[in-house]
Amino acid sequence: MDSMSMEPSLYTVKALFILDNDGNRLLSKYYDPELYPSMKEQNNFEKNVFNKTHKADNEIAFLEGMTVVYKSSIDLFFYVVGSPQENELMLMSVLNCLFDSLTQILSSCAGCHGNRCGSNAGGWGKNVERRYLLENMEGVFLVVDEIIDGGVILESDPQQVLQKVNYKSDESPLSEQSVAQVIQSAKDQIKWSILK
Amino acid sequence: MIKKFDKKDEESGSGSNPFQHLEKSAVLQEARIFNETPINPRRCLHILTKIIYLLNQGEHFGTTEATEAFFAMTRLFQSNDQTLRRMCYLTIKEMANISEDVIIVTSSLTKDMTGKEDVYRGPAIRALCRITDVRGMLVCQLHYYDVVKRWVNEAQEAASSDNIMVQYHALGLLYHLRKNDRLAVSKMLNKFTKSGLKSPFAYCMLIRIASKLLEETEGGHDSPLFDFIESCLRNKNEMVVYEAASAIVHMPTCSARELAPAVSVLQLFCSSPKAALRYAAVRTLNKVAMKHPSAVTACNLDLENLITDSNRSIATLAITTLLKTGSESSVDRLMKQISSFVSEISDEFKVVVVQAISSLCQKYPRKHSVMMNFLSNMLRDDGGFEYKRAIVDCIIGIIEENPESKETGLAHLCEFIEDCEHTVLATKILHLLGKEGPRTPAPSKYIRFIFNRVVLESEAVRAAAVSALAKFGAQNDDLLPSVLVLMQRCMMDSDDEVRDRATFYMNVLQQKQKALNAAYIFNGLSVSVPGLEKSLHQYTLDPSERPFDMKSVPLATTPISEQKSDMAPIATSKMPEKMAPSRQDIYQEQLAAILEFQGLGPLFKSSEAVQLTEAETEYVVRCVKHTFAQHMVFQFDCTNTLNDQLLQKVVVQMEPSESYEVLHYIPAANLPYSQPGSCYSLVRLPEEDPTAVSCTFSCTMRYLVRDCDPNTGDPDDDGYDDEYVLEDLEVTVADHIQKVLKPNFGAAWEEVGDEFEKEETFALASVRTLDEAVGNIVSFLGMQPCERSDKVPENKNSHVLFLAGVFRGGHDLLVRARLALSDGVTMQVTVRGADETPVDVILASVG
Repeated sequence: MDSMSMEPSLYTVKALFILDNDGNRLLSKYYDPELYPSMKEQNNFEKNVFNKTHKADNEIAFLEGMTVVYKSSIDLFFYVVGSPQENELMLMSVLNCLFDSLTQILSSCAGCHGNRCGSNAGGWGKNVERRYLLENMEGVFLVVDEIIDGGVILESDPQQVLQKVNYKSDESPLSEQSVAQVIQSAKDQIKWSILK
Repeated sequence: MIKKFDKKDEESGSGSNPFQHLEKSAVLQEARIFNETPINPRRCLHILTKIIYLLNQGEHFGTTEATEAFFAMTRLFQSNDQTLRRMCYLTIKEMANISEDVIIVTSSLTKDMTGKEDVYRGPAIRALCRITDVRGMLVCQLHYYDVVKRWVNEAQEAASSDNIMVQYHALGLLYHLRKNDRLAVSKMLNKFTKSGLKSPFAYCMLIRIASKLLEETEGGHDSPLFDFIESCLRNKNEMVVYEAASAIVHMPTCSARELAPAVSVLQLFCSSPKAALRYAAVRTLNKVAMKHPSAVTACNLDLENLITDSNRSIATLAITTLLKTGSESSVDRLMKQISSFVSEISDEFKVVVVQAISSLCQKYPRKHSVMMNFLSNMLRDDGGFEYKRAIVDCIIGIIEENPESKETGLAHLCEFIEDCEHTVLATKILHLLGKEGPRTPAPSKYIRFIFNRVVLESEAVRAAAVSALAKFGAQNDDLLPSVLVLMQRCMMDSDDEVRDRATFYMNVLQQKQKALNAAYIFNGLSVSVPGLEKSLHQYTLDPSERPFDMKSVPLATTPISEQKSDMAPIATSKMPEKMAPSRQDIYQEQLAAILEFQGLGPLFKSSEAVQLTEAETEYVVRCVKHTFAQHMVFQFDCTNTLNDQLLQKVVVQMEPSESYEVLHYIPAANLPYSQPGSCYSLVRLPEEDPTAVSCTFSCTMRYLVRDCDPNTGDPDDDGYDDEYVLEDLEVTVADHIQKVLKPNFGAAWEEVGDEFEKEETFALASVRTLDEAVGNIVSFLGMQPCERSDKVPENKNSHVLFLAGVFRGGHDLLVRARLALSDGVTMQVTVRGADETPVDVILASVG
């Protein structure tokens, strides 16, 4: 079964999910309708993967007949799943792109958050954390959608992803925006109006 | 770690999940603000996020509520907030399957798709795809429509697309569109391998397409495609280099020398700081080691370094690879290494380890005691069913290959079933104990283990234990009294099946007759279980005075010895194993549905399909030979590969060389392009000369051709007759004999007796080895080798082959062939049968 070469196809990623440090699902996407079609099977798979991976940061594992690449950050776990014949580095490029894009989106928000609380300003690192992820869930959904659609890798460069998502956390009202941000947004608006 | 965060969360209260206690109904209530004017993008955005989050958690939305929310959402297209718009697209995609009338958003999406906003265009197209058909060609084309359009233009400008992903997708799509047209694929490859690509993803795709084409055309390694793949080993991107190396390794015919460049890049990857790359490299090297262990020996040092890798999957793969490439002397050390962390690795890799041990045992039989020890330790560890099954299979394999390891192996297995939660394994081991135990020097020691099962286990295991006990009683006279006492106790079991078996065996054993023991204890029923069920059902529907005749039940087709998959790691199948009807049961069903074939009796045997055409001809025809008691049915599976023809009234006309009589042709009414159809011929076997078992048929396919439009498939009104000559079809002695496995050949030999025994000696001058002789006899007679006598031990000059089968009509047939090697092979064949004719047939056809 393995000696048969795969039909060349764009459908590379079988599943992608983000779990918290109790193994609970924050976001899950299954792209192959034949792989774990029911919610129960998906949850079992995620639990199994989590149990086998959360202790050691080993980057790659082979579980339930699937290649799983993963990465953790503070209290978050990111997983990309592919078929056992898939090029492991392709899966890694998806995982890295997802992680880097989210790092950029969330770090800017972490800054806002810190400012608003008025405490510990500047002490917020660029960490991808569960609470920031949940606060910016729409951004996370959009990033995932730009990286993979239906299992096809759409983009692997985080800069391109950010540009396409064009996501700005408008967590804080205008009055709290920094001068630079106001100018930037003004620039953008002018640019769009010219382009139209 | 977890604790720490919980604490922090409790303190600050800000770390809790804002979506945790979301109520679906409350969220849908909130969604009413979608209708408010002016639209509040921030609040709406938040609600859409909640909806998507709920869907993602598996929350079920009813069609009505989904449709309502969906309609409300469409209003949000009036807002120009970018993020909000993007979230609308996402909601559309997520809800496309639940909500009705999603098609109403088509116009909004089409507007965004053709609009000026770059940010909207791509996502809008993708959302649109989802709401039209999810699968299918149209979608695929739509999916990449604008991509391809852009890309084709840019490709003309020297393939300098600034978007590397566009290149990748376009290549994937182009291949998808052209994959059935080998020439077009070849042209495409030629173009891009010359011009080069920017995207590493596109390179990987190109390598896959090239190796697929190489495989299909069986292209040699002097092909430019191979050169291209090899050149990718020097690409600057690791992903491409690995893809190329992997492609070369997976090519079916590759010599060690051609593998060398691929192996050396994999060797480099072994020391990469990236775990995924090390994993990929060692996994691929593991595959190389299966076929060409010598090609990997150069990497032994690098693999040694990986044994201590913190990623245990990598370490396991490294060790199992070394076990394949290393020398006998390194085995002990490696086994010690692996036992230090075997508890830390996942079951999938434990199975890989067991497989490596299994192949090692075949390579170095002298190491079986080390292996057996290791396996018994693994058997004691925790692990899932697949893992335990792999170990048990491996131990059974060792026992069968090395008779001197039998007693140790059986002892380990006895210990294992003392505490085994898997019924399937316990019954399998009990069966093995029943088969092997009575033939060991001290059979009495197994009785205790077996009887313990009767006391402690579930019904299925108890029943298996009773059957095993009976075998000890039947084989060992001195144990018989004790076995009878134990049987007596089993007859008071609470389960019907256990009691029935005990009563049955009790009565058989008390007769003390060898023939009865052979027929009812050692060698059980050889009929097909679904067939037996059907025959019994038929019998109860139509009761008669005559007793039920076991000979009317089709025989079980013995499974062709399971091919051990030698690839690592095996993908564990998620399907539970169930009693599937065999291929022959399916044929039986299909043939019984045809009027002309009713009254032929039960189907006796169906052959493997025989190709009657060359590969890649206009029509592809293969034949399956079905044997009945007095007749044969030839099933011709035909495929028409011409898209501008419709064939009708297709028959295969047969001219026999012997006195076989063709009774009927049953045509295939229609044979449209690429849809297989079957036609049949019914032939009567010669009655006057029952030994005339072989015959050659010349075959011609005759049909009516109607030309048709290749695009629509509409045929012309008129047609013309035509014919197509097929290859000759042979009927041989093997078509008249069904394989039957006799687990205890000696007992079966005594049971049949020497009433119709014949013996003859032949000289096989052209055969050089015993192995070859055994192979020839088995395939020629089509009988089942018993007692593993098809395996000739090394360095032996003589061998005895035991074959068992049933001749058409239901007569048992046993063959014992003594072979001696001396300048050619001399063979003394002794045949016993329940009837004289089959015995004569065998001797006549061997001669």
